[in-house]
Amino acid sequence: MPKKAAGQFSIEYIQVLDENGTADFSLYGKVTDKEVRYMYERMVLARTFDEKALNLQRQGRLGTYASIRGQEATQIGAGLALQASDWWFPAFRDVGISLMRGLPLKTLFLYWSGDERGNAVPLQQNDFPIAIPVGTHIPHAVGAAWAARIKGDPVAVLVTFGDGATSKGDFHEAVNIAGVFSLPVVFLCQNNQWAISVPRSRQTRSPTIAQKAIAYGISGIQVDGNDIFGVYGTVKEALDRARNGGGATLIEAVTYRMSDHTTADDASRYRDADEVKAWEKKDPLLRVKKYMEKNSLWSASYEEEIIASSRKKIAETVKEYEETPPPDPLEIFRNVFEKQTPDLLEQEKKFLEKQGEK
Amino acid sequence: MEKLNLVSAVNLALREEMERDSSVVVMGEDVGKDGGVFRATEGLLEKFGEKRVIDTPLSETAIIGTAIGMAAYGLVPVVEIQFLGFIYSAMEQIISHAARLRTRTRGRYHCPMVIRTPYGGGIHAPEHHSESMEACFVHIPGIKVVVPSTPSDARNLLKAAIRDPDPVLFLEPARIYRAVREEIREENLSLFEARVARSGKDVTLISWGAMIHVTLKAAEALSREGVEAEVIDLRVLYPMDIDRVIRSVEKTGRAVVVHEAPLTGGLGGEIAALIQEKALLYLEAPVKRVAGFNTPIPLPKLEMTYLPGPDSVIEAVKEVLSF
Repeated sequence: MPKKAAGQFSIEYIQVLDENGTADFSLYGKVTDKEVRYMYERMVLARTFDEKALNLQRQGRLGTYASIRGQEATQIGAGLALQASDWWFPAFRDVGISLMRGLPLKTLFLYWSGDERGNAVPLQQNDFPIAIPVGTHIPHAVGAAWAARIKGDPVAVLVTFGDGATSKGDFHEAVNIAGVFSLPVVFLCQNNQWAISVPRSRQTRSPTIAQKAIAYGISGIQVDGNDIFGVYGTVKEALDRARNGGGATLIEAVTYRMSDHTTADDASRYRDADEVKAWEKKDPLLRVKKYMEKNSLWSASYEEEIIASSRKKIAETVKEYEETPPPDPLEIFRNVFEKQTPDLLEQEKKFLEKQGEK
Repeated sequence: MEKLNLVSAVNLALREEMERDSSVVVMGEDVGKDGGVFRATEGLLEKFGEKRVIDTPLSETAIIGTAIGMAAYGLVPVVEIQFLGFIYSAMEQIISHAARLRTRTRGRYHCPMVIRTPYGGGIHAPEHHSESMEACFVHIPGIKVVVPSTPSDARNLLKAAIRDPDPVLFLEPARIYRAVREEIREENLSLFEARVARSGKDVTLISWGAMIHVTLKAAEALSREGVEAEVIDLRVLYPMDIDRVIRSVEKTGRAVVVHEAPLTGGLGGEIAALIQEKALLYLEAPVKRVAGFNTPIPLPKLEMTYLPGPDSVIEAVKEVLSF
């Protein structure tokens, strides 16, 4: 008997705004001029934050920091697509989305300075703190989506992670469950081509990461991650589908980590400078700028103005961060359980006695 | 009230808590239609529906991982891991997330989750089904560890675990799931207090889970020889009611810890350390430990060679008495 096809699959690729700044809005509708300006200004703010964080780290005023340079389109686009009532589960290279969610920038500096108060997400935000162990937060997002489904809440959940996370079991187990129960969750993989020194080709032999969705029976799509219009439209569509009972989506945003892994890393040890140069031409900010120029939305004075206002905002935040009093050491004993256990009370008491002796 | 065994008491507690609080959900492998491989969740699917009694894929990491997300969202997931020996792939979720969610978010989120799992040897089960790794979990800051040894305690402690706002590992000694039936004593228990399973004046025996029954057997035999042992059932391994142990040791001057987990790094060492820190001058003899060997628990044909029996306990008691 001849072999028959048991199934046939394909993965679509989305690009709305190309490298020359030319947009084709036929897929998701036109992005208004006002929206374009807002997107650009947020991207500039994110990049300004990022540059400031790197500088502070070099000056010894901040701890290890993971730069988002190059991923601003994916992050600002995705952040914009989220509704306030939605939930978001971040990885550790997600400052752009944090900023869009309204996380006080001071909180971000606190976290990267090694202050656990930087993980205390404000009550009005349905977001988890940063997850450092790669990919381990993906099941949490699925659980929240599951709980929303059980309670009948019309919310969607977004979880962000990198290409490296897709090699972890947590990713596969979580996506599988989202498929089985048709849960309202969007998996946004920011494929930035590098997991510290390990290239994307060492994570998987699959030509796309998006196609992993097919194996789990959920929607999968690839988008140009340096195209903010495309990312915004794709993520928004997936979140809407999730909220409306259409199940989960895996989105692969193809982007590039233009900086080192973190301030503790030196990417020149393992990465070709030509590769970085090639991606600089695809810079997500440059592309929007070109679009704005073509559409008479950009001028040198506008650029100066938004850079100056971003710097001013960040400078104020840095001041606020550096003036934050140090954390209360007793907090380490008091947040383990709702009610302190007898051994913790005893340890706290002994600690206080020692402090008293000093 | 009808007499129940330990596994039926677990079922009763789940039923009562699900009736009381609609945010309680039960999830795990085979917990729905099959009612659990030990029947702990029998009848729950029929009563509470598939939104609240969820047969999951075979996926321990994601079962516990998604339960963390559910708990943060506002549900109270009661997760079943089919055997303790299958929990290891989810250790990262337990250690890095469930146990530290409250700490790392400074209380913004917490994780009111219960992980129920049968544990321990003596049930002639295949490889990897008889583990007793409670010390690994007691070592994790941010999670409570509970082990009932009677049907009443199983019902009352599971209810307390479900109502606790922090993650609880609820270890069910599979060997005594059906060993004893009793009329359920309804009590509001804290996740702390130890229980005196037998009063005595000559030596303090400290144990938990299925080993309580081995220890009590030893105590009865010793009684026939004129030695009255006090048996303390810890019930909660973390946080541990060490003061109850100390009060007993101050009376008897001698202590033996009995557990089926391997000796080295086991809780016996922790308990012995606490006794010497808090009651050294009351001690007439060094604290002894009766425990499993430092080997993986053998397959059924040799598991009784590994598991401490009453004879090992009696021998240890005689040693501390004659020190």
